[in-house]
Amino acid sequence: MPTFVYMTRCDGCGHCVDICPSDIMHIDKTYRRAYNIEPNMCWECYSCVKACPQHAIDVRGYADFAPLGHSVRVNRDEEKGTIAWRIKFRNGTEKNFLSPITTKPWGTAIEQLRNVPGPSKEMRDGELLYNEPKFIRMDDGGLHTLPAAGLKLKKGVYY
Amino acid sequence: MAYETIIEDGIDILVAGAGLGGTGAAWEARFWGQNKKIVIAEKANMDRSGAVAQGLYAINCYMGTRWGENKPEDHVRYARIDLMGLLREDLAFDMARHVDSTVHQFEEWGLPIMKDPKTGRYLREGRWQIMIHGESYKPIVSEAAKKSADKVFNRICVTHLLMDESRENRVAGAVGFNVRTGNYHVFKAKTVICGAGGASNIFKPRSVGEGSGRTWYAPWSSASAYGLMIEAGAKMTQMENRIVLARFKDGYGPVGAYFLHLKTYTQNCLGEEFESKWWPELQKMVGKEYLDPDSFHLTHRPIPTCLRNHALISEVNAGRGPIHMVTMRAFQDPHLEEVGWENFLGMTVGQAVLWAATDVDPKNENPELTTSEPYVMGSHATCSGAWCSGPEDLSPPEYFWGYNRMTTIEGLFGAGDAVGGTPHAFSSGSFTEGRLAAKAACKYIDDGKAEGIVVSDEQIKRRKAEIYKPLEHYKTYRNAVVAGSVNPHYINPEQGLDRLQKLMDEYCGGMTVNYMTNEKLLHIGLKKLKIMEEDLGSLAAADIHELLRAWELKHRHRAAECVTQHTLFRKETRWPGYYYRGDAMKVDDENWHVLTVSRRDPKTGEYTMEKAPCYHLVSDEA
Repeated sequence: MPTFVYMTRCDGCGHCVDICPSDIMHIDKTYRRAYNIEPNMCWECYSCVKACPQHAIDVRGYADFAPLGHSVRVNRDEEKGTIAWRIKFRNGTEKNFLSPITTKPWGTAIEQLRNVPGPSKEMRDGELLYNEPKFIRMDDGGLHTLPAAGLKLKKGVYY
Repeated sequence: MAYETIIEDGIDILVAGAGLGGTGAAWEARFWGQNKKIVIAEKANMDRSGAVAQGLYAINCYMGTRWGENKPEDHVRYARIDLMGLLREDLAFDMARHVDSTVHQFEEWGLPIMKDPKTGRYLREGRWQIMIHGESYKPIVSEAAKKSADKVFNRICVTHLLMDESRENRVAGAVGFNVRTGNYHVFKAKTVICGAGGASNIFKPRSVGEGSGRTWYAPWSSASAYGLMIEAGAKMTQMENRIVLARFKDGYGPVGAYFLHLKTYTQNCLGEEFESKWWPELQKMVGKEYLDPDSFHLTHRPIPTCLRNHALISEVNAGRGPIHMVTMRAFQDPHLEEVGWENFLGMTVGQAVLWAATDVDPKNENPELTTSEPYVMGSHATCSGAWCSGPEDLSPPEYFWGYNRMTTIEGLFGAGDAVGGTPHAFSSGSFTEGRLAAKAACKYIDDGKAEGIVVSDEQIKRRKAEIYKPLEHYKTYRNAVVAGSVNPHYINPEQGLDRLQKLMDEYCGGMTVNYMTNEKLLHIGLKKLKIMEEDLGSLAAADIHELLRAWELKHRHRAAECVTQHTLFRKETRWPGYYYRGDAMKVDDENWHVLTVSRRDPKTGEYTMEKAPCYHLVSDEA
């Protein structure tokens, strides 16, 4: 179901153009509003639908296999940290779903690695990544190695 | 054409392509290179780019080592079974021993991971999968990458790697163009971490018209990981190991949660279980070592995905389609029904749209399954990609040349789809590989390996002329005809893509020929690809958007050629259900329990094929 844009709702702000992973939301030069220039390269990923401040973008199922008369609408709310979906079937059945999209306020939870104490030489020469060995062992030991696991890599046919 | 040349100089680490692999690389690089210049070049907008643009409802690679759930070696063995024995077990073990730290990091960043109310641990969907509310997975990891990067260049289509002119086979950066302004961008860098994508759309899709956008892997995964690296002369591995997906028909909605969590199952048109009746015949093809249904229940050894595909394909060919997923039972439980729908909304909205359009409510009706067209990639359940060095403490000599995840080109690293031999990495494993590559790239620079790189103006100018040629070509010849897209002097990117998909489908084992090919067919395919390469010199682009499609097509073509070469080289049918070599219909462990490695000489265009030994994890007493 490629995207399409309602003429009366779009104000040409370009958020969809900015976000589309496939580069197919463009601004029409005559109408100064967005439209999908290449529906057969649309993955129906909804990135533009979610990004549109006017809710001007919707989706109509791919013509080659989806009959008309359905809709899947979405409202992604960064402040509330939720995404709400409303599915309407061709026969009128309706289903609603609500999910969280994050557990932390946006932009607050990711540390600036430029400011954390840098790695020691030992860590540089070893195999650990940032913040490890945290989370990788039940016994809080170091990284898993082949000798510790009683294993080796051997050439040949093994199943 | 008056496009500006914009040069970004003095880059230590250039991340080319910022999906899950690239964002992992950019983020981690800041820790190991606190004063290094880290730059990202991304084809779309990093907040919604790559295969995870739409979100995910599961993380398919999490060990749970801290809870004692699995050990890294367990995952390696699982991947070995699923891939019929062939993978890089050093890389796979390395990914598995680090991946949990990545997943817990995601949770600290705010990614909602579901919990098992009884144990308090992450909620398991299957042995390796955990369930998440991952609509904003990509925006979250993108934010991490932005925190670490000095500069992010969105909307840059990277077309080529730059090569050092003072030392053979050493990378020097990358070039590309801005798909908005059209400007030419040059990135001079000491190291490049290739995080570009695998290949959708190189085989003819089942859908026609509009629906061909509903590929299983994202349509913007344009094989650039392979196009960039093959073109530069990097060695590639297991490129024949394409993947075919058994998915919900037309929408290609995922089945993982359905099988594993909702406990749905498949049946043929008569309502019968059908898989097991194909096992005896299939066992003759692949051997008891790879398919032993008798011991399956005792050992819990999974049946390889390709073999299950084989059963589905065979059953449909026997006239007992369609294959249905039996959902009616599970969906009576309102909680499971919710999980089933949210699973689609979280990662394949199109499937929900399709069911709404066709009034398929899985509570009242069992939906159809089908097998997809083939895809070539290295992060899901197959392992095509560059031949990379493993880590120092694990890798045998044939697999080690100094820096983890470095390709056979000095200073060129890979992550995600770009790295060959590491299947079942998925999103979390790809991010982890990016982290590993970033650490290694910093070490490479600190060891002084990137000194004295020379890039001449000639190289920069030559690439620029090459990049814009399709625009020039269009301008020169468009007025030779009155109007329309038919022109004897050129083809446009869409026409070229149709040709590529048709020939790959018919000669290299696509879905219209039931994934069948043989030596003769592959030779014809290679001949047609060669002629197509000549025609790609006459590719025409009417505008900058078409220029993007033109370069995506060139990358896809190069990847397709490499896939065909590998498929020709491996004279056996290693993965029935993914593809068949009609002239060698058996698994041949005596000759082919090896990894295939290719190199295309950038000067001559000739391929050299070799076999590399396959090492396996065994008990150190063996």
